[in-house]
Amino acid sequence: MACSAFSEKAPNQQCMKVGMSVANRKKIGWYLIFTVPLLLIFTLIVLVPFVIGIYYAFFQWDGIGANPMVFNGLDNFVRLMEDERFLRSTWLTVLFTVLSVITVNAAGLAFALLVTSKLKLANLARTMLFMPYLIGGLILGYIWQFVFLDVFTLIGEVTGFESIFFNWLNNEDFALFALVFVFTWQMAGYVMIVYIAGIQGIPGEVIEAARIDGASGWQRFLRITVPLLMPAFTISLFLTLSYGFKIYDVNLSLTGGGPANATELFAMNIYNEIFGYGNYGYGQAKAIVFFVIIAAITLTQVYITKKKEVEM
Amino acid sequence: MKAIGNWSKEILLVLMALVFLSPIYIIFINSFKNRLELYENTLAFPEEFGLQYYSAAMERMDFFNAFLNSMYVTVVSVVFIVILSSMTAWMLARSGNWVSTVIFMTLIATMLIPFQTIMMPLMQLVTGITRTTGIPLYNTLSGLIFMNIGFHAALSVFLYHGFIKSIPISLEEAATIDGATKFGVFWRVVFPILTPITATVMILNVILIWNDFLLPSLTLIDKELRTIPLSVFYFFGEFTIEWNLAMAGLTLTIIPVVIFYVIAQKYIIKGIGEGAVK
Repeated sequence: MACSAFSEKAPNQQCMKVGMSVANRKKIGWYLIFTVPLLLIFTLIVLVPFVIGIYYAFFQWDGIGANPMVFNGLDNFVRLMEDERFLRSTWLTVLFTVLSVITVNAAGLAFALLVTSKLKLANLARTMLFMPYLIGGLILGYIWQFVFLDVFTLIGEVTGFESIFFNWLNNEDFALFALVFVFTWQMAGYVMIVYIAGIQGIPGEVIEAARIDGASGWQRFLRITVPLLMPAFTISLFLTLSYGFKIYDVNLSLTGGGPANATELFAMNIYNEIFGYGNYGYGQAKAIVFFVIIAAITLTQVYITKKKEVEM
Repeated sequence: MKAIGNWSKEILLVLMALVFLSPIYIIFINSFKNRLELYENTLAFPEEFGLQYYSAAMERMDFFNAFLNSMYVTVVSVVFIVILSSMTAWMLARSGNWVSTVIFMTLIATMLIPFQTIMMPLMQLVTGITRTTGIPLYNTLSGLIFMNIGFHAALSVFLYHGFIKSIPISLEEAATIDGATKFGVFWRVVFPILTPITATVMILNVILIWNDFLLPSLTLIDKELRTIPLSVFYFFGEFTIEWNLAMAGLTLTIIPVVIFYVIAQKYIIKGIGEGAVK
């Protein structure tokens, strides 16, 4: 088996006749030297835990080594269908992700259009708009905690728009919007970079031709720029969907899941179930469902958008 | 007339970007204020630029230690990731057999696995290994580096793989005919050609590893091992928040990022673009 697999274009018959030639054995040796170190680490850190994780999901266990792990079949999965806190968290995550995908992409595309215009300071603006992405989510959350706490209330007092400018983080309905807001602030610059690449890939002649044919700016944007940006949309939607669904750091530092669990999103719910409540088996079942949902969403989304891409 | 219109557009653009970044500015100016000044008017300029809150925040966060830990973990992880994943990707890309295809597909598929799905079993495994064999994976910086290599292998191999597929094989073949070993061919001929994608891989991994919070928070228990995100987290968690100190602390954590950004700006934006698009 290994002989035929590693001999590339060498005919199989010859391979079988001679057995494993010295050259071939050397080839396999090099192959192993180059790949095994990384693949070993990768297997130990990613693959093995993934498999063990599926196993754990069918047990009831509190994570304490001395206590027994009790096999309970699909009970964990049945239980999470009826778990109010979990269902609420799922709904909040979906809501958060949908809102964020819209706001991040709208802002990112708007930024990209602005900084690809022929303005001299466009590069400076691009540099500045990208900045938040580099500061980790945890730190961004703390920065915005202060902004909501002090600056928003101050703006509210000064301008009189206290129904908009107040501390969103203390309000059960608005805390989720605060999360969307900060996530957008973090990700817009990142998505902007993707759109910039897309916009720069559109040939100027196409836009020019449309202009000569009398298409208005808005028409040119909708009929030419948007269709030709489909690949960039695919990537950006993919990125924001999966980042949004998996959000944790900003969630932790900005709201901590509060007030009254109003912003406990999926990833945080899993973390709390496992390490907070000590339900290792049940929490792991949630974690497996989390994986299935993320895989399903991202694969479907890539499939659909790929189909819509326009060939140049 | 047109020139004036353009100038106003230019100013508008930069103003917009400034408003966008205003939270960072607010954090910065408030890091110099005492508590009274801070609560009087958050947006006002500080009366004096003293550094006393910075030294207090530094002490509380054990900033230098956290900075060194973050530096150490990031640099060593990235060096190993670059070496190991470029070697692996080259072999996978150049040996056109089904084993390589299976390995490559497996790597890509695992990119869909969220960290939360494997964090608990991983911690069980890692603490188990440390307990039974004595190999210090748990609660050590080297253990964290080891895990970083595993977690970032897939993306890095993927990026290298795509790049290697796009460069001609003839140079490598010529070197092989000249009698160089695979090792020699890779390090003397191939790796130098990979420089652009190496820059991308480095940038992406530096950002991910430097800002990573959850994995270090699970594996690093000792106080003196804390990285910057961990020390910020405990800084906010341990005390009722003294906002002026917290502000100085946040500014401190942003400074290294800004310096990195200013130095490597061109590569960062290019790297992020490539990393995302591929």
